[in-house]
Amino acid sequence: MTSRESILARIRAALADPAPAPEQPIPRDYLRTHSPDDPAALLDLLHHNLADYRARVHRCTEAELPGALAGLLAERGSRTVAVPPGLPPAWLGAAAVTAVPDDGTLTAARLDTVDSVVTGCALAIAETGTIMLDGGPGQGRRLLSLVPDHHLCVVRAPGQVVASVPLALPRLDPARPQTWISGPSATSDIELDRVEGVHGPRTLEVLLVEG
Amino acid sequence: MTGTFLGMPAFPQAAAAALRDGRLRANLRHATHTIRDKRARAVAELDDWAELRAAGKAIKDHTLRHLDRYLVQLEEAVAAAGGAVHWAADAEEANRIVADLVHATGETEVVKVKSMATQEIGLNEALAAEGITAYETDLAELIVQLGDDRPSHILVPAIHRNRAEIREIFAERMAAWGRPAPADLTDSPAELAEAARLHLREKFLRARVAVSGANFMVAETGTLVVVESEGNGRMCLTLPRTLISVVGIEKVVPTWRDLEVFLQLLPRSSTAERMNPYTSLWTGLGPSKGADGDGPSAFHLVLLDNGRTAALADQVGRQALRCIRCSACLNVCPVYERAGGHAYGSVYPGPIGAILTPQLRGITSPVDASLPYASSLCGACYEVCPVAIDIPEVLVHLRERVAEQGGHPLERAAIAAAGYLFDHPAALAAAERLAGRTRALHPRRLPGPGRAWTDTRDLPQVPAEPFRDWWRRNRS
Amino acid sequence: MRVALFATCVNDALFPATAVATVRLLERLGVDVDFPAGQTCCGQPQYNTGYRQACEPLVRRTARAFAGYEHVVTPSGSCVAMVRDNYPRIGARAAADGRGTELAEAADALAPRVHELTEFLTDVLGVEDVGAYFPHTVTYHPSCHGLRVLGLGERPLRLLRAVRGLELVELPGAEECCGFGGTFAVKNAAVSAAMAEDKLAHALGTGADVLCGADNSCLLHLGATLHRRGEALRPLHLAEILASTEQHPWRPS
Repeated sequence: MTSRESILARIRAALADPAPAPEQPIPRDYLRTHSPDDPAALLDLLHHNLADYRARVHRCTEAELPGALAGLLAERGSRTVAVPPGLPPAWLGAAAVTAVPDDGTLTAARLDTVDSVVTGCALAIAETGTIMLDGGPGQGRRLLSLVPDHHLCVVRAPGQVVASVPLALPRLDPARPQTWISGPSATSDIELDRVEGVHGPRTLEVLLVEG
Repeated sequence: MTGTFLGMPAFPQAAAAALRDGRLRANLRHATHTIRDKRARAVAELDDWAELRAAGKAIKDHTLRHLDRYLVQLEEAVAAAGGAVHWAADAEEANRIVADLVHATGETEVVKVKSMATQEIGLNEALAAEGITAYETDLAELIVQLGDDRPSHILVPAIHRNRAEIREIFAERMAAWGRPAPADLTDSPAELAEAARLHLREKFLRARVAVSGANFMVAETGTLVVVESEGNGRMCLTLPRTLISVVGIEKVVPTWRDLEVFLQLLPRSSTAERMNPYTSLWTGLGPSKGADGDGPSAFHLVLLDNGRTAALADQVGRQALRCIRCSACLNVCPVYERAGGHAYGSVYPGPIGAILTPQLRGITSPVDASLPYASSLCGACYEVCPVAIDIPEVLVHLRERVAEQGGHPLERAAIAAAGYLFDHPAALAAAERLAGRTRALHPRRLPGPGRAWTDTRDLPQVPAEPFRDWWRRNRS
Repeated sequence: MRVALFATCVNDALFPATAVATVRLLERLGVDVDFPAGQTCCGQPQYNTGYRQACEPLVRRTARAFAGYEHVVTPSGSCVAMVRDNYPRIGARAAADGRGTELAEAADALAPRVHELTEFLTDVLGVEDVGAYFPHTVTYHPSCHGLRVLGLGERPLRLLRAVRGLELVELPGAEECCGFGGTFAVKNAAVSAAMAEDKLAHALGTGADVLCGADNSCLLHLGATLHRRGEALRPLHLAEILASTEQHPWRPS
């Protein structure tokens, strides 16, 4: 007998209760959302919760986006910026930086030398202050938003902002690899005290674009 | 489980020794109280916590009840997405599978994401015996590995260490494992985290094989979920070419939608955050089957039994398999706070360990047989458990199993004598009267087993007459 | 109204003053009290130590002793928790083992009729001011079973706040276990003693004269530790405070 067969057989034997209790349907009376259905309030909540976990949050309009990105990159002194495929070219149109586009061959070692990465996202959750990347256009491979020490992420409101975890999951494709990000890398491993900044980007900036 | 902890003393002796370590006691007290209060605030933010908890419990119970079906469904979904699924009946088989997979890549190093399952099976030691070095990349696991120490907490394995001790370990030991710590390292947590970042970065950038566990596996989609804070998990799951995930069979949940419950319950219970910094979800090798250069090009899932089916067979004890390893029960436990994690003689300490370890390993060794008694049954663990494991109920149930296999002769005699008295009220009253009349002769300290009471406490003064005699004189 | 007093074995043998106070308090509130002589112990120590089958005669005995009473009142949260939570379990296990449903029926019939004293006062009688007088500074330790199994919540504190002359001071870390835990106190004596030490440090820090509780098993453990240390802080059951009046003030026994 293979281990597969023996484990499955042991499970079936373990579950052969003499008098099993009747099975109840799973109670799903928890809330779909904890927030009012108000896009402006949701955006404020997302802003607050991102900032609460030490992301730097900025806001602008669609027209201001290239200028805002250029300003943030200049402020940080970033000269090289990793660019995922599908990032709208206009976004970095005003930035005085050397773009390092990913054609699928950028190595982690190369990414370790770039100053910043700019990505979009698939979705953001206001109640938890979470941005979600799924490798779609403007997001790229997972290592792009991981290895550089500075991640600048653009979230478009209201289209990409949802209130809660239950409202986010149906909008995501399980087949795609996903990274959910809530603030910069952190650890509580020393005396259960939270410190920001370990292996992931130590600086997470989120640009909330309204329009 | 493995022999890592064999030969451990029973819990009371180990706990008594730990209690004498004032620094350990101060470290634990500080850390557990910090996280306890934060968790309470994070949970209080959600009005529907009770409903989420009930749903989490029900989903896990439903899954366990149909575990065979969901594991087969998971296997098919992972395979369809380009992953290979292996089944391991015990620790030895799981270690063999992983070692063979690593050998097949030609590599002699692996980077590891913090994983309870691989701790449980002693994977690092097994790989070392095969000439493979496993590097722990979680900060706390790194502290434990560099310090040649044992984990003492599920979430924060180095909770027994304070910042000064961690600084010392980094300064002395990092050089032997790779990049040394900066010469001017202080004990500020930010500097210690930075030292770990630099030490591990070179390992991440050159690693070709990673080993992980998983917090959840979704049967309908074949998706695995790893919840973490530091980004070491993302590094391991994303950069190496080969990923091997070792996961207990009880970690499966039926549907993608079920994650909406657990990804609310786990972060708030565990690190007391609305959401942990990083959550990675992947399904096999992704839509391109590994051709797009995003993540590994080979993925192996090792499904681990190692005593779980034995726990599943116990109708009361099986609820321990609902555990999502949040460690909220450790952080509120007054016994854990004082005894520390090492006294539990297992990678699973605290209240959940006291019910999980004896079920996974059996109750033959002194430490395993003592674990069900390592609780005052205060119920704080049950109150905070996000999947409503009635830990006190299981503890008492396991005590029954210990008593059935012999228990303690003196204790059995005492229970029998009490059983007689309590079923014969006249005899009980006579005994009470005798105690009342001889009360001037009672010592304040007892010899023998009674010393356990009178080492720190006096014996209570026996009253002149029991209540039943007062009633007879005054009311009947 | 007629109720049965479930004195409990610990109060009968070691703390008769608590049971006497419960009788006097209930009678003062116009309740007729019976003490069915067939009662002994609820079986909690045996059950919690792993001797479930040894409890079965006591489940049967306790159910029989209180048959026919609409309300059974006991000044012990942990014994109520035993009857309410564990009696039905003991009955169900006996039935599952093929030994009939008689025990389960006895357990299920008794459990809903048993009230912890503060539950009975506030929920059944609907009183918070019981006319008590107790001119001392008091801090209150809510025992784990009362707090977490029974969910007594604010009931004991509301009763204490209504006592004339009583100054109530909050106990820091009140919800933490005192370390008694029945046989835990001897099986894990070192941890138990460390828990008592921390609980008493909080209690002594309040400056109160009296450490009040609604469960004498916790007070037995804390009182025995205080006695060994020669502290003046006095452990006292809530029933004895509530029984105290200006005409018949509490006196140390």
